[in-house]
Amino acid sequence: MSAKFDLNNDGVVVVIGSGAGGGVLSNELAQKGVKVVCLEAGGRHLPQDYQNDEWGSFGQISWLDARTTSGDWRVAKDFSGLPSWIVKAVGGSTVHWAGASLRFQEHEFKTQTVYGDVQGANLLDWPIGLSELEPYYDKAEKKLGVTRTNGIPGLPGNNNFKVFEAGAKKLGYKNVHTGRMAINSEPRDGRTSCQQVGFCFQGCKFGAKWSAAYTDIPQGEATGNLEVRTNAQALKIEHDKSGKVTGVLYADKDGNQQLQKARVVAVAGNSIESPRLLLNSATSMFPDGLANSSGQVGRNYMRHVTASVYATFDKPVRFWRGTTMAGIVTDEARHDPSRGFVGGYELETLALGLPFMAAFLNPGAWGREFTSALDSYENMAGMWIVGEDMPQETNRITLNHDVKDQFGLPAPNVHFDDHPNDIAMRNHAWKQGSDLYDAVGATRVFPTPPYPSTHNLGTNRMSAKARDGVVNKWGQTHDIPNLFVSDGSQFTTGAAENPTLTIVTLAIRQADYIAKEMAARTI
Amino acid sequence: METITSSKGISRRELLKRCMVVGAGLAVGTGFVAGSTAAWAMETKHVAPREMATLIQMARDIYPHNHVADEYYAAAVKGFDSADSKDKIAAGVSALDAAAQGRGYADYLSVPWELERVEILRSMEQSSFFQTMRGNLITGLYNNKDVWPLFGYEGESYTKGGYINRGFDDITWI
Repeated sequence: MSAKFDLNNDGVVVVIGSGAGGGVLSNELAQKGVKVVCLEAGGRHLPQDYQNDEWGSFGQISWLDARTTSGDWRVAKDFSGLPSWIVKAVGGSTVHWAGASLRFQEHEFKTQTVYGDVQGANLLDWPIGLSELEPYYDKAEKKLGVTRTNGIPGLPGNNNFKVFEAGAKKLGYKNVHTGRMAINSEPRDGRTSCQQVGFCFQGCKFGAKWSAAYTDIPQGEATGNLEVRTNAQALKIEHDKSGKVTGVLYADKDGNQQLQKARVVAVAGNSIESPRLLLNSATSMFPDGLANSSGQVGRNYMRHVTASVYATFDKPVRFWRGTTMAGIVTDEARHDPSRGFVGGYELETLALGLPFMAAFLNPGAWGREFTSALDSYENMAGMWIVGEDMPQETNRITLNHDVKDQFGLPAPNVHFDDHPNDIAMRNHAWKQGSDLYDAVGATRVFPTPPYPSTHNLGTNRMSAKARDGVVNKWGQTHDIPNLFVSDGSQFTTGAAENPTLTIVTLAIRQADYIAKEMAARTI
Repeated sequence: METITSSKGISRRELLKRCMVVGAGLAVGTGFVAGSTAAWAMETKHVAPREMATLIQMARDIYPHNHVADEYYAAAVKGFDSADSKDKIAAGVSALDAAAQGRGYADYLSVPWELERVEILRSMEQSSFFQTMRGNLITGLYNNKDVWPLFGYEGESYTKGGYINRGFDDITWI
């Protein structure tokens, strides 16, 4: 029995977004008896609705509102209106994520200290370390049912993994396995085990992959403390004369504006929409946007050093069969400046269907050089590179007043330039990935450029001091005590690991803090 | 393929009588384009049949796959047969033909070597006509479920229970 709260109920926590951050925070608060209204911009799509069809699914669940791009990153040229590939639906991008669930490494919370001065990088240590997060990582891994934790066996390796594993071993890598995945390797939590469908990115039709859409959200609703309003697009956060936030103006499913009053507001719209909402909420009291006394709202946009390596062989691989990303080499995740860059990266198996391979292998390419690669589609193996990119102040989300969204608000512009460290890391990873496949007889390798960003991070970053960032170590904004940020935009730096596990971990921890502070009446 | 029929109730011999071969594997008649053996035919309502034949050839030259028959390229460009696209297509095909004439050929369809047609396409790669064609082909060609088996791609697997018992780990050569 989902709750139903009055618009004038000013005792509720309003959570904006229902993904890894907002969805988990909503449920965790509801479990503690806190009343929550969760505003979700998208609709509710569940496993029976998901499509084993790349473009069909893309049209069904992607965030496709107006956005613009600038900067020297290739995405701005290849996909100028689509800087990121994220989801607009209940569960957010946990519908689409691949399930890779890795803890950050100790040194990745202290990059300014460990990496030292990196020219052009706006590095900063997190105000928290691994030891503070470990108890919450434990909780997150249990919640998500991460394989290779809590006695849960690893997933079986598919064809793509077998090629990857053999190449990794020939290359001398020591740490290669089928990953720590939030995908059931055996039935758990009322959900079945992975059936090797091969459409992890399109929403798991068997529900074997953890997604907030069919775990935390219904669990929270079952408490009677959570109301999820779908097709509810947050437009502006309102505040009173004392500077505290008082509610959220949103457009409902019919396009009518509603104002939901709130005791606390938590923003979890992903790293493009979250800063955009704070910027769009500017008033005469906060002319640069809410929580922006540091000027850091929207800055330090990170998207991981990504790329792919595909390779063809003289015999079939059929890499689209089975779990999309259940394979990892972690040997390169260490910080080892002797490689010519700071930070590290992971290599993870990846497969695309033919329609997406045609779109993403080398966007814009044509002619036989390109089509002869697709002729060997059946004989392809593939991997994704995910590494730490450098935060730069000038990589940022700004309001583009020349382009308006369907509600008449300025669209976000996403500006990104690669840092020299990002380029050095990507080149290193392309070489290692190519060598890995060459070691097992690749006939041709394809160092493939980044796709629209799936990991969007850092635009409301966490800092010890108010002047260096937007939120404190609890995700509470430095400027406004009853305004929180609950998604990956909190990340001070990006680390080498896929971000979802850490977003969930921070949300569980933040729920404890919000509930405690509400009980103590400090917020 | 719904929009492309096998000779529309008339015999292939009859169909062939009504058209002329315009390039490798393509023939045009009044209101239709066909394979030169009349294995398939596609009606056009807005774009002239010879222009449509040129688009089909251009589609193959942009994304050439020797094992993919012309009818799939025809299906990929059929969407341009609209009142909205008509003028843009006519202008684009004129530009292609003009470039071919500059090389001493009657028109684009008469350029015998792919290499030379590709040189023509490279020279107009930045034009909106070329980019529109190329962009549309990415989905028009590769998102056609009838094309997938030609590349070995198996499409959806949910209704078959995934690959857990159907070869997700059946590789033997590694």
